[in-house]
Amino acid sequence: MTQVQDLYETTVGLEIHVELSTASKMFCGCRVSFGGDPNTRTCPVCLGMPGSLPVPNEKAIEFTMKIGLALGCKIAEHSLFHRKNYFYPDMPKNYQISQYDSPLCHEGAVEISGDWGTHKVGITRVHLEEDTGKSIHIGGGGRIADSDYSLEDFNRAGTPLVEIVSEPDIRSADEARAFVTDLRATIEALGVSDVRMEEGSMRVDANVSVRLKGAKEFGAKVEVKNMNSIRSVVRALEYEEERQRKALDAGEMLVQETRHFDEKTGVTSSMRTKEYAFDYRYFPEPDMVPFEPAETWVGSIRESLPERPAARRARFAEEYGLGAKDVEVLTSSFKAAQWFEAAAAAYPGDAKKVVNWIIADLFGLLNEAGLELWESKIAPSQLANLVTLIDSGKISGKQAKLVLGGMFETGNDPEKVVAEKGLEQVSDAGAIEAVVDEVIAENADAAGKVRSGNLGTIGFLVGQVMKKSKGKANPQMVNELLRRKLS
Amino acid sequence: MSIDRKAVDHVARLARLDLSEVELDVMLTELQEILGHAEQIQALDLDGVEPMSHSVPMVNSMRPDEVKLSLTQEEALANAPEVEDHRFKVPRIMEDEG
Repeated sequence: MTQVQDLYETTVGLEIHVELSTASKMFCGCRVSFGGDPNTRTCPVCLGMPGSLPVPNEKAIEFTMKIGLALGCKIAEHSLFHRKNYFYPDMPKNYQISQYDSPLCHEGAVEISGDWGTHKVGITRVHLEEDTGKSIHIGGGGRIADSDYSLEDFNRAGTPLVEIVSEPDIRSADEARAFVTDLRATIEALGVSDVRMEEGSMRVDANVSVRLKGAKEFGAKVEVKNMNSIRSVVRALEYEEERQRKALDAGEMLVQETRHFDEKTGVTSSMRTKEYAFDYRYFPEPDMVPFEPAETWVGSIRESLPERPAARRARFAEEYGLGAKDVEVLTSSFKAAQWFEAAAAAYPGDAKKVVNWIIADLFGLLNEAGLELWESKIAPSQLANLVTLIDSGKISGKQAKLVLGGMFETGNDPEKVVAEKGLEQVSDAGAIEAVVDEVIAENADAAGKVRSGNLGTIGFLVGQVMKKSKGKANPQMVNELLRRKLS
Repeated sequence: MSIDRKAVDHVARLARLDLSEVELDVMLTELQEILGHAEQIQALDLDGVEPMSHSVPMVNSMRPDEVKLSLTQEEALANAPEVEDHRFKVPRIMEDEG
């Protein structure tokens, strides 16, 4: 396998669509939202009625420029909308208003990092268009080619949709994962989209080709569609890379085609569309005047940009002294990073302790419940309080795990959970001493051994005291007391 | 630049127009005349002249991001040839058709 891999190199370019979370649609005032009763958010404009006129949404233009600037792009001085002509029933106008040779943003770059190091992935363009409606195919198992007819819901039609096109600078499935994760965190931080891949507000298509190392020409470009999570992107690309390598190994010719990723089987298969060059006959949208965004507008957007993921990663490593793995986990999403920073701010000690509790314990509970960090009932300050309670000796680390479980279920403060579960650690020297004396009296043999210098036996005595105190005695104090009494 | 019958037929297919033989002939004549007119413009020296996409001297026409009342479901579906499950019912989609 390694030998095969060494012979070839993979080239990936990504095309990412992001639905903007504006209040209203791109060219009309219908509300933008997910789902709902079919065909309840439409009007003559988004239904493509003759004579209706589209008027662009200012916020959508602003959001697009935000994304472009955050990806290091230049903003076009002169930008146009074009009509992309094709017939498909989920698009009632029979053309999509999109952008062609003068997108709003172009020529950016994103810095990604991983086991393979750090490198830049170019952003070719960021443009704005409108989303289509949703089709349901009836009969033939829901597959379009075998269905009897289709049903159309135009609630989504006309939702502002941003298309981001990367340069073919991505060289592996893992680099693609890093790129998409970074992009998602960037857009999330901008607050311009939900970027939920499973709901389709962020969609990733990939162009994958494999060639012999050092070859001048790229291999046949295969477009892979239908990847509904970052994990699917990785799985689909790994599969496709392997398939193309094996084909080349067997001396087969690869063809340019579109392939569909199947979530269940983890396999890509050809969509079997006829060889047919699309003829979109783009022309400038006559119903809309050009865009020439004022420098002051662009400047104010540039100044309002939040911290980029690459900068956040560097800052987390430096400010909190975190290792690369911890940084990656905490910055994979902007909301997770925010949650952690709020917890770290509420904790007076070393933030690494908070990180350990998040990663080692809280993530386990979250995974089981299928929740994200910011969706948990535990507030960041409550986690900070929990770690503070351990520091002060009120509870032991072991008890803290139980407390965390209680907090996770109820959202209660750690102090309340401690009181309710009767978990308070006993640090009262007098109370502990009484138990220690009892244990020494009951275990004369073991006590004798410790007295004669066999310190290994002290662990047994500590265990007895903990048992008698039902785990509430402060183990450090127990240890110290035993040593003093038996020295 | 000239246009032949094959090209007219191709453009008609792209526009989903079902033209009769007579109509194709009429279109061919008319399109040839239009292209002839464009040829006159192409003969001019247009170096340094920006292509004009719009004839109105205006840029940046936008509307604020405000939600307006949509049509009701009944209104939206009123003109649909066929409706099922509150959706527009459309014939089988042939992905392959050019």
